[in-house]
Amino acid sequence: MPEKSDVLQGTLALMVLKTLDLLGPLHGYGIARRIEQISGDLLAVNQGTLYPLLLKLEHEGAIASDWGASENNRRARFYRLTRAGRKQLQTETRDWEQTAAIIARFFDVKGQDLS
Amino acid sequence: MKGFVMKSPHRFFARLSNLAAGRRADQRLREEMEEHLAQQTADNLRAGMSTAEARREAVLKFGAFQAIREEYHDELSLPFIETLLQDLRYALRQLAAAPGFASIAILTIALGIGATTAIYSVVDATLLHPLPYPEPEQLVRIQEDFPGVGAHDVRLSVPEWKDFQSSGIFQYVAPERSGSVNVTGSSQPARIQFKSVAPNYFTLLGVKAELGRVFHPDDPTPGFNLEAVISDGLWKRAFGADPHILGRTLRLDSDVYFVVGVMPPDFHDQGRTTEIRNTEIWAACGFSSPLLPPRTRSSRALRTAIARLKPGVTLEAAQSRLDALVASLQKQFPADYPPESAWRVHLVPLGETVVGKVRQPLLLMLGAVGLVLLIGCVNVANLLLARATARGREMAVRQALGAPRLQLIRQLLTESVLLSMLGGMAGLAILFFTRKLLLEIIPATLPRLHEISINWTVLLFALGVSVLAGALFGLAPALQAARIDPIHVLRQEGRGSKGSRGQTLTLSALVVTEFALSLVLLIAAGLLLRSFWDLYNVRLGFDPENVMAMSLWLPAPNDPATDIYGPPDQEARLIREILRRGRSLPGVTEIAVGTQESIPLNHDKNLVSFVLEESSTRSDLPHQVQWANVTPEYFHLLGMPLLRGRLFTEFDVENAPRAAVVNEAFARTWWPNEDPLGKRVKLSQLGRADTSWTTVVGVVTDARTETLEDTDSPQIYLSSWQRTDKNLAIFLRGRLDPAALPEQARNMVQSLNPELPVFGAKRLPDVVSGSLAQRRFSMEMVLLFGLTALLLAGIGVYGTISYIVSGRTRDIGIRIALGAQRKTILHMVLSQGLTLALAGAAVGLVGALIVSHLMAGLLYGVSPSDPLTFISLTVVLVIVALAACYIPARRAMRVDPTVALREA
Repeated sequence: MPEKSDVLQGTLALMVLKTLDLLGPLHGYGIARRIEQISGDLLAVNQGTLYPLLLKLEHEGAIASDWGASENNRRARFYRLTRAGRKQLQTETRDWEQTAAIIARFFDVKGQDLS
Repeated sequence: MKGFVMKSPHRFFARLSNLAAGRRADQRLREEMEEHLAQQTADNLRAGMSTAEARREAVLKFGAFQAIREEYHDELSLPFIETLLQDLRYALRQLAAAPGFASIAILTIALGIGATTAIYSVVDATLLHPLPYPEPEQLVRIQEDFPGVGAHDVRLSVPEWKDFQSSGIFQYVAPERSGSVNVTGSSQPARIQFKSVAPNYFTLLGVKAELGRVFHPDDPTPGFNLEAVISDGLWKRAFGADPHILGRTLRLDSDVYFVVGVMPPDFHDQGRTTEIRNTEIWAACGFSSPLLPPRTRSSRALRTAIARLKPGVTLEAAQSRLDALVASLQKQFPADYPPESAWRVHLVPLGETVVGKVRQPLLLMLGAVGLVLLIGCVNVANLLLARATARGREMAVRQALGAPRLQLIRQLLTESVLLSMLGGMAGLAILFFTRKLLLEIIPATLPRLHEISINWTVLLFALGVSVLAGALFGLAPALQAARIDPIHVLRQEGRGSKGSRGQTLTLSALVVTEFALSLVLLIAAGLLLRSFWDLYNVRLGFDPENVMAMSLWLPAPNDPATDIYGPPDQEARLIREILRRGRSLPGVTEIAVGTQESIPLNHDKNLVSFVLEESSTRSDLPHQVQWANVTPEYFHLLGMPLLRGRLFTEFDVENAPRAAVVNEAFARTWWPNEDPLGKRVKLSQLGRADTSWTTVVGVVTDARTETLEDTDSPQIYLSSWQRTDKNLAIFLRGRLDPAALPEQARNMVQSLNPELPVFGAKRLPDVVSGSLAQRRFSMEMVLLFGLTALLLAGIGVYGTISYIVSGRTRDIGIRIALGAQRKTILHMVLSQGLTLALAGAAVGLVGALIVSHLMAGLLYGVSPSDPLTFISLTVVLVIVALAACYIPARRAMRVDPTVALREA
């Protein structure tokens, strides 16, 4: 699991930030569901791993959280993007797009192109 | 990919604050999880699942709670610190469970670290900190030598000063002359330490006045400009910290000075002696006044000079440029600097002038106390090892239950470092509460004494040493414990034999180390003790018993015309009157007067240049010799018998041919195998060459009046009736009352002239022992450390042998049961201890030889490889070892085989 989670954790964090950016404050379940809807099976299992990640992002200052009331009127913790988090999201998005583009080109290259 | 770690400082502090706030509960996670599961369950229900299925699916989807919780918890705090705290709690419980062991270990370390830190704080203040002036590395003292004629550290002449000043090497060059002055005006004429300095002196040092100003560095006044700067201490003592002190007048001798500045309270002057460093009045002098000695190159009137190098000029560069200057001056003035005299000018870092003499003894003490600490560490390591055996089962069980070895080592090291930190803290506490007492033990002559403090550097040192000590004494036992084979130990448990062969070996190695270290210390202490003893019992050549000396200063006005004691017959009249009246003081049987330099072992170097009458190749070069003026009674009073010729008489007066009495060393040096009587020399004092010849009329025995170490330093005595001097000393012998006499003598002198101060009364035996104070101090310290080391080593060998014996009880029981003689058992154990002691001694002897040669400069009259010291202390060490082994050996001898075998 740790080998996988390096990339996974990074992408997952990016997804969390993007989700909060798009939808505004959400509680953990909301974030998990949203990610599940879009990414398919990435969060189909082990949804709980989201919570340590949320704590880490909060420690880093990218997101903030408060207690609030959920749809069914229970106490839930709501997460929202901070100004620093938004900036981080922009940088990370740019980086990710660049990396993705390079990797894509890399995979496109065929044997004869190099000779 | 870059990831999200860039914000880690923020994250670190967030986690640290969680840790500090003790926010360890994962209540938030639980609550969030509950909410998450509830929502998921609700969604699942909506999707058509049964209640039980919906809940089960939700839990499955959430994932393994324990793993998530661990991850969450790791994120919440700092795992490393968490583990450390856990280890610490465990270690504290372990120590609390063994209070006897813990207190012995902590006390050993406390004493070791306390003593080491104490000595370090002295070294820190004196040797490690630069002098408390700005850019101290630029400050140097200028020292002139004429090695060709055996003259070292001679005075400077005014033209040389000007040469140095304009050489481009220095920013400032400041000559200085130290002495003391009569400060009059208060109820009792006071004698104050005084320095006449070049006007640039304070600017050179880079210090400013607290109140008012210092001298103007370019003041062109050729003589004294009548400005005085005073110390903060004098200002408070004599002027009640008067805020309007500036411009007030101060009568120094018979001249009136104006106070222009008060120095800050933390300003301490530099210089070679404690008196000079305690200077309280400074006056600026151009050293070029017509009233002062002439300004020729051969008239060396400036006692010493300091200088500040130009910025960016290194000491080496300055020295080589100075060498070039010296070479060119030698060419230019061949008459003043003949090649045979080999004139040299050295730049000595100013700090070296202040602390140079104490460097070696201080480093020796630091080394000695460090060795004691090391031996203490070895002892604690021994204790820990013995405990490790007792805890062998615990370690084996923990290892069998899956604790990694690294974790066990970490746990044990945490324990030993904790032990050592506790010891260090206790040591610091002891040091803190005894610091006043400790400062009093240090001889007052130690330079920079007032700068010693328990500051951050010292605390950091104590911390570093504590951690290091803990790691040092904890490492061997920790590794040992981690090497345990759990199966072996657990199976062996309950059988008689404890402790592996490896453990015994480690213990033995530690004891050997201990012995070696203690022997090194003991031999160092022994050599110092012998040096001290030899010096203490040295044949002085004079008899200090029942003699008191006190100082008397005649005023020296800047204008000689106003000097009432200027003409020699006037001064002679005063001295005669003092001799006459002094004889009737209570208890006094003998009285003599001399100059300050005639007080044995308590005077500055006071050299006079002279040339011999008889021509030899070197005769026209100035030689230098220690000199003093005395009245003829001086020699009998101090018990220095006349060997040949005569002493001064009533006829050696102002206009009679000048007479001199020399000591044997002088006669031996300059007229070997010749009759010194009737030989003539020409003396020049402060550059004022006598026009007349001085004839040697008598020879007295050599006496150690310069230093106790020196047997034969040439000395010339001149008649007080023929030469004047302002610095006088009165000697009194008899059944004296040291409490009352100074007052009586002062009254007697002041009945002649109420403005004459009589001060500095001291018993000569005190002077003699005082000159040994620093040597006594370092000897006592090293001896104390040596004895502590011996004691610790004894305890160490006792513990080790006891341990080995107790591990072999069964073995011994079998031997006895098989018919071994009890005596054989005793011998067996003793020989085991002896082997360790001898091995330690062998290593220690080599170490001691190295150390003793390093400290050869501190020894007197004993060779660094003195066989007597080496052999006798080795024997002492072996005896202590055998004595320490004897108790466990007796125990071994008394082993009851039936009990030993049944217990096993």
